[in-house]
Amino acid sequence: MSKPKVGFYWCASCGGCEEAIVDLAADILGVVAAVDIVFWPCAMDFKRADVEAMADGEMAVCFVNGAVRTSEQLEMAELLRRKAGLIVAFGSCAHTGGIPGLANLYSREGVLAAAYDAAFATVNPEGMRPQTEYAAPEGTVTLPELHETVKKLDQVIPVEYYLPGCPPPVKLITGALGAILEGTLPPKGSILAPEIALCSECPRKDSKPEKLDFTAFKRPHQIIADPALCLLAQGLLCLGPSTRAGCDAPCITGNMPCTGCGGPLEGTKDLGTNALSAAASVLEATDEASIAVGLAEVPDPAGAFYRYSLPASLLYAKKGS
Amino acid sequence: MSSKVTIDPITRLEGHGKVDIFLDDSGNVERAYFQIPELRGFEKFAEGRPAEDMPQITSRICGVCPTAHHMAATKAVDALYHVDPPAAAKKVRELIYSTFFVEDHALHFFFLGGPDFVVGPHAPKAERNILGVLGKVGLEVGTEVIGLRKQMRDLISRAGGKVAHPVFGLPGGVAKALSADDQAAFIAGAKHAVEFGLFSLQLFRDLVLKNEEYVAWITSDTYTHQTYYMGMVDGDNKVNFYDGQLRVVAPDGREYLRFAPADYQRHVAEHVEPWSYIKFCYLKGIGWKGFADGAESGVYAVAPLARLNAADGMATPRAQEAYEEYFQTLGGKPVHHTLANHWARLIEMLYAAERMVELAEDPELISPDVRAIPTATPDEGIGVVEAPRGTLFHHYQSDAQGVVTRANLIVATQNNAARIAMSVDKSARGLIKAGEVNDGILNMVEMAFRAYDPCHGCATHALPGQMPIKISIYDQRHELVREIRRDGV
Amino acid sequence: MSDGTFQPRIVAFFCNWCTYTAADLAGISRMSYAANVRVVRLMCSGRLDPQFVVAALRQGADGVLIGGCHPGDCHYQVGNHKALRRFTLLKRLLGQLGIEDERVRLEWIAASEGDKVQRVINEMVAQVRALGPLGLTAIPRPHGEAAAVPPCCAE
Ligand code: SF4
Ligand code: SF4
Ligand code: SF4
Ligand code: FES
Repeated sequence: MSKPKVGFYWCASCGGCEEAIVDLAADILGVVAAVDIVFWPCAMDFKRADVEAMADGEMAVCFVNGAVRTSEQLEMAELLRRKAGLIVAFGSCAHTGGIPGLANLYSREGVLAAAYDAAFATVNPEGMRPQTEYAAPEGTVTLPELHETVKKLDQVIPVEYYLPGCPPPVKLITGALGAILEGTLPPKGSILAPEIALCSECPRKDSKPEKLDFTAFKRPHQIIADPALCLLAQGLLCLGPSTRAGCDAPCITGNMPCTGCGGPLEGTKDLGTNALSAAASVLEATDEASIAVGLAEVPDPAGAFYRYSLPASLLYAKKGS
Repeated sequence: MSSKVTIDPITRLEGHGKVDIFLDDSGNVERAYFQIPELRGFEKFAEGRPAEDMPQITSRICGVCPTAHHMAATKAVDALYHVDPPAAAKKVRELIYSTFFVEDHALHFFFLGGPDFVVGPHAPKAERNILGVLGKVGLEVGTEVIGLRKQMRDLISRAGGKVAHPVFGLPGGVAKALSADDQAAFIAGAKHAVEFGLFSLQLFRDLVLKNEEYVAWITSDTYTHQTYYMGMVDGDNKVNFYDGQLRVVAPDGREYLRFAPADYQRHVAEHVEPWSYIKFCYLKGIGWKGFADGAESGVYAVAPLARLNAADGMATPRAQEAYEEYFQTLGGKPVHHTLANHWARLIEMLYAAERMVELAEDPELISPDVRAIPTATPDEGIGVVEAPRGTLFHHYQSDAQGVVTRANLIVATQNNAARIAMSVDKSARGLIKAGEVNDGILNMVEMAFRAYDPCHGCATHALPGQMPIKISIYDQRHELVREIRRDGV
Repeated sequence: MSDGTFQPRIVAFFCNWCTYTAADLAGISRMSYAANVRVVRLMCSGRLDPQFVVAALRQGADGVLIGGCHPGDCHYQVGNHKALRRFTLLKRLLGQLGIEDERVRLEWIAASEGDKVQRVINEMVAQVRALGPLGLTAIPRPHGEAAAVPPCCAE
């Protein structure tokens, strides 16, 4: 039996997802032995022509990380979709939009103005902006156009599986590769991570009280968190209750709250408002005044609850952006 | 005949690098444009976020050097909240940061630069990759490189929660105090790193310095630019990555400026060009005079070569020895040869390792006192560190609740962008004559990129040591006349 | 309703014990209110998942009205306190996403306050009408695929 052909590709990515694959270290050798890696720009020569030459569906599976925001990324995603039997959206950016998806809180014009007009050290009296076509004295120099908004992968191509995390934990990557090789993949559309909340694998779960009640949220720099107790019980906005497990809670081990990169739990319709609901529920405040006090230190609900998932939310982007 | 050559390396960072080259009527290079074709807008979407979240948000600028952004942002929010971390917290931070430097410089030298130097620039393409490096130095060494990196990355996870996008930095300190066990692990790792640093330098001597051809090539004119150099120094003008003053030396090596990072706006400015999404930094006192060498031009460089030029030495003994050897061998200060960055990088790796030992062995490292709680009203903060790829500036303003209202980030590559553009232009001129496009240009451009180590995520393209590049040559009607590919297809 | 003026669609989530009863009373008492409202009955305002609110907006509502018992009168004691906490946070989040203040509203309306139902609805319909259609940015879909209908979770 011939080895299955596997590809890896990145769109608008920070490179952390690629490092995660490299971090498989010794494990990767086993993977290399079992599959035929046919496309991986990070580690192998880029051969778009080779991908184009493949028969449709010839690649068994392609892992794609990064969000999508330029026409070039869109084209590559569409090409890989044709050539791959299975597409796995790899990492938060591809899965739910990721941190770069926070750009959907602002218009493209706002993004450009912040960089080229308003930035502190920028000296730009003529209001120069990068142009998609610039007539230089020597000829025309081109730049790709930035799309208005940031999209997650399945907003541009159909996707079969999702590997959450920023970047995905090594354990989940090996699990996914194993399932592909052994033919034990769950039904299409599945998220390849446990269907339980992060709290259930948190080293501090035993200190999470049955009923949480505190009068005000705190921000991480405002308290010295007890390194043994549930962070939510200490008033820190920990998204563990509404985030999917699979990472072994490294942020909690680092004594910082979970910010939710593991993505939504099964059945979540909108990650941000789901997490918001869970957070608001645990506060012990009943009237308007005490509620205002209790929530005063959650100054940025959109950024906190949609930290990795704004493009995946039902709202998608700021209205009118 | 007028044609356009496009080199389109499919790399990442803010998108990927792209080079458009224009030929004049006689087929010689008129101008080469080095471009960054994407902008992700971190400056904008930092607005509205709590300042203390910046260390975790901005680390997503780069998954290869997340710790550098995490650290610069953490120092910026110290300043924004007017809080001075306890001594132990600073030591933990610098220890993690030094560990990161060892890991990242090792990645760069062995996986990126290695194929150029260890295997050699003329080796067959098929060997100019990490496997070629392993073939040359032996599998044992290769295993050692991978093992060292894993050890360093595990140490970062241990102290910082995660390695890709760590969580340790908070205004006023670090999130977690280290234990005696952690300390023991760091001491062991640090000692290992020093040995590894010494070994790597010896490897460089044996494989590169003993080879006259390599040395000639390092000192060749194509990769030489006389610019200003910037780097962070301590009170004795020794290289420091975590804290200190910024020092700038002129092309003749004399000190031109020495300033507190918080004053950066008085000395550094960013220039916008219509043909790239990246902004180009220059020295404000001299002004933007275009892409030009010399003391009259405000162009400056950062990263290992620049740091060594800008300092008077290294703060640790073995690195200092290596520093002296470096300048003796290369003909005194400053060294203008871009490719000398690789050697400088190894000297820095040794310094980072020696610094790790000092910090790891410090009894105060495991003090539980690692946090100061801010009490003042937050307003504005600037944080600067030396990233492996050069000086990194984070600057935030906030409202009284500490919510960011304005942000500016000058990443290492921006500081170097003008000089990189000049190097690309220069190599294109040297390699394209009378319409003859030498395939070697692919190599040259790639090597220039690698030497600067721009934050193009080149480092993640490093496994084979080949940055895929495509050159397309168009005639006046924009029809493709020829295509050269990096992979030789 | 077809005189050309914009007719906003408002989804109202009313708690069974107070506001829904009040809306019934308004109906029985022939206190007419704008017909733009579609009422969804919940057992308690504390049952209102903020996801329902954004789902309603995504599915075409121009505004969402939430009604519950007055503080202290909740049939389940603290349901409306919980609703208020969620609402407070949700409103701030929606504001960050450019959704105008008038579009999402919480009112305490007792079973006897049929007139308040009438007043609040009429007021809100007028305000939202003045704002115009919600106009959320469309969620992109892969080419060639029928737009998937977001799951309905309001009922
Ligand atoms: S998911 Fe995280 S690690 Fe992966 S590309 Fe996006 S920001 Fe980087
Ligand atoms: S809320 Fe956070 S700290 Fe508490 S158990 Fe859950 S994941 Fe752990
Ligand atoms: S603890 Fe939360 S934020 Fe941290 S890695 Fe796990 S899911 Fe992501
Ligand atoms: S029953 Fe009416 S609000 Fe709880």
